[in-house]
Amino acid sequence: MLLEVKGLETTFFTNDGKIPAVDHIDFKVYEGEILGIVGESGCGKSVTSLSIMGLVPNPPGKITSGEILLEGKDLTKLSEKEMRKIRGKDIAMIFQEPMTSLNPLYTIGNQLIEAIRIHNKWDKKKAANHAIEMMKLVGLRRAEELMKEYPHQLSGGMRQRVMIAMALACNPKLVIADEPTTALDVTIQAQIMKLMQDLNKKFNSAVLLITHDLGVVAEICERVIVMYSGQIVEEAPVMEIFKNPSHPYTRGLIQSVPDMREKKETLYSIPGAVPKPGSIKVGCRFAPRCEFARERCFNENPPIYDVSANHKARCFLLEKGEGTVYDKRAVES
Amino acid sequence: MLHYIGRRFLQLIPVLLGMTFIVFLIIRAIPGDPAQMILGQQATKESVEALRENLGLNNPWYIQYFDYLKGLLTGDLGVSIRTNQPISTEIWPYLAATFELAFFAMFIAVVIGMNAGIISAWFQNTWFDYLAMVIALIGVSVPVFWLGLLEQWLFSINLGWFPTSGREEVRDPIMAITHFYLIDTLIQGRYDQFGTVVKHLILPGMALATIPMAIIARMTRSSMLEVMRSDYIRTARAKGQKMFIVVYKHALKNAIIPILTVIGLQTGLLLGGAILTETIFSWPGIGRYIYEAIGFRDYPVIQSGILVVAFLFVIINFIVDILYSFIDKRIKYN
Repeated sequence: MLLEVKGLETTFFTNDGKIPAVDHIDFKVYEGEILGIVGESGCGKSVTSLSIMGLVPNPPGKITSGEILLEGKDLTKLSEKEMRKIRGKDIAMIFQEPMTSLNPLYTIGNQLIEAIRIHNKWDKKKAANHAIEMMKLVGLRRAEELMKEYPHQLSGGMRQRVMIAMALACNPKLVIADEPTTALDVTIQAQIMKLMQDLNKKFNSAVLLITHDLGVVAEICERVIVMYSGQIVEEAPVMEIFKNPSHPYTRGLIQSVPDMREKKETLYSIPGAVPKPGSIKVGCRFAPRCEFARERCFNENPPIYDVSANHKARCFLLEKGEGTVYDKRAVES
Repeated sequence: MLHYIGRRFLQLIPVLLGMTFIVFLIIRAIPGDPAQMILGQQATKESVEALRENLGLNNPWYIQYFDYLKGLLTGDLGVSIRTNQPISTEIWPYLAATFELAFFAMFIAVVIGMNAGIISAWFQNTWFDYLAMVIALIGVSVPVFWLGLLEQWLFSINLGWFPTSGREEVRDPIMAITHFYLIDTLIQGRYDQFGTVVKHLILPGMALATIPMAIIARMTRSSMLEVMRSDYIRTARAKGQKMFIVVYKHALKNAIIPILTVIGLQTGLLLGGAILTETIFSWPGIGRYIYEAIGFRDYPVIQSGILVVAFLFVIINFIVDILYSFIDKRIKYN
C-alpha cells in the first residue's frame, strides 16, 4: 500500500465558525493504481488533495485530526522542512488551471529546471536535458525551443503538458491530479487523459484523480471514491459503481450524465445543492436532497456498510442487507 | 526591446517640450519686471529699457520662447542674476548634493520598506504584520520637518551621535571632484572623510526616507498579498521549493511592478521636493538652491532649477517604464 488516509479531518476556522471541509475520511491508494475521487464542487475533494500535500492554506485551514501515511510515514507529523522533501519528489501535483499554474514571468525551462534541481543535485545542463526529455515524453514537440518560451506563448493544453512533465520530473510515487482537464477543450481533455493513463503505466506512479466528471472516471480509473459534503459516501471498483451504485447520491450522479444513446427531454439532476460543510450536524448529509430519505435519515448519522468485499457505501438502505437503491425503488413502486 | 526603448524615448520629446513651455509661462506670469529687479529700484527708465532690449524681453513671447529653447538645446540654462555665473555650471554641486541624499534615502526606503512589506504579506495577520503596518501608517502621516527637528534634538543635541547639519566638517572641507562626496572621498583615499560624509547623510537621509519607506511598505504588502494567492505560488510550493525562494523569487517578481512605479514616483519627488529637509539640515541641494533663488527673485535660476527637477522626474519615470518591459515580457511594445 502506498498511501493510507485515516480519519482525516481538515477544518477551516472562519468568522462563521469552524467548517470541517473534510470530515473524517479514510481511503487507501495502492502502488501504480489510478484512483478517482468524484463529487460536486465544494464536497472537499480539493481540500483532501491539499491536505495530503500539506498545502492547506493556513490560516484559515488546518488538519485537525487523522493520519496520512505515505509508506507508513505519517505526513501530518512531519515538519515543513521534511514535508518539502516529499512534495514534488514522492508526491507531485497537477492543478486545475494550466493558464495560471505556471509563473508568467519565468520561462518554461526555468520552471522545469527548478523543479528538477530542488530534489536532485544536478548541474543546470543535466537538469535542462532531463527537462527536455520529460517534455518530449509528454508529447511536446519543439521541446528545446519551449524551454526559452514564457507560459503566455503556450496554449492551455501545452501548459498542462508542461505541468505534467513538471510533476513527473522527479519520478514521484503518487501524482495528485486535481481536475486536470476541467479548464481544457474537450478534444484536448481526451488527449491529456490518455497521456496520464500512458504515463501511469510507464512510470508506475499511482494517480489520485480528482474530478467531477464520471465519464473520465469510467475511462481511466480502477477504483473510485464518491465524496459528498466532506465525507466519503461510496467506494468501489469502477465497474461495480456503474453497475450497482449503492448510495442515492452516486446514483443521482450517474443519472445526470447525458447518454448519447438515449434522447431525453430533460436531463436528470439532483434537486438542491451541496450543503455547506458543517451546516448539517445531525443525520445523513444527503437526506435533504434524497428521494429515499425517511425520518431516521434526518436524526441519525448513517455508518459505512459493506455492499460487497471491496464496495462500501454510507446509507441506511444497506442495513440488514436490504438491498441496493435500485431494489428499494422496485419495492416501493 | 531596443525598438520599444526608442519609441518610449520619442514619446518623451513632446512631454519635455510641453514642460519647458509651462515653466516658461509660469515664470512670465509672476508679476514684476526682471530688468527692474536686476538694476534695482533706483535705476533710470532708460537703463531699464536698455536692459530689457538686451535681455530680449521686448521681443514677442514666441521669439523669447524660441530663443530660450535654442539656449536649452545648446546646454545654456541662462545666467544667475545673483551670482552672475552660468547656471549650467553653477547648478551641478547642488544637484550632486541632492542626488547623493535622495539616493541614500531611497536606498534605505527600498531596502527596509520592501522587506517590511514582503514579510508582512508572508506572515499576514501576525504581530509583525500589525506592527509594521502601524509604523507605516505613522510614517506616511508624520510631517517631515517635525521629524527632522526631532531627530536633530535627539540624535545630535542630546546623544551627539550625528552632526546637526551640512554635508561636511567645516574645519576639514572635502575636495570636490564629482561633487558626490561619497565617491570623491573614496577616490582620494580619505576614508576618515568618507565616514564623516556618511554621518552627515544619516539624519537627513532617515527623515527623507520615512514617507517613501512607509508608502513602499504598504504597496509591497498589498501587491504581495495578491500575488501570494496565485496558483503559480501553490505550484512552486508543490514542487517542494523553500518558502523563502517562493516568496523572493516567484512572488516578488510578479508583485514588483506597482512597487517599482511607487519607487520611481517617490524618487522623483525626493529629487525636487526635498526643500523642507534640505532647509532644516542646511543641505546644499537643489531644493535649497531654488528656495534661495526665490528669495532673491533670481528668475533664471528659478526657471532652470524647476526645469531640471521636472526633467529628472520625467527621466526617472522613463527608466521605470523601461524596467517594466525587462521584468514582464508580456508588456507589449506598442
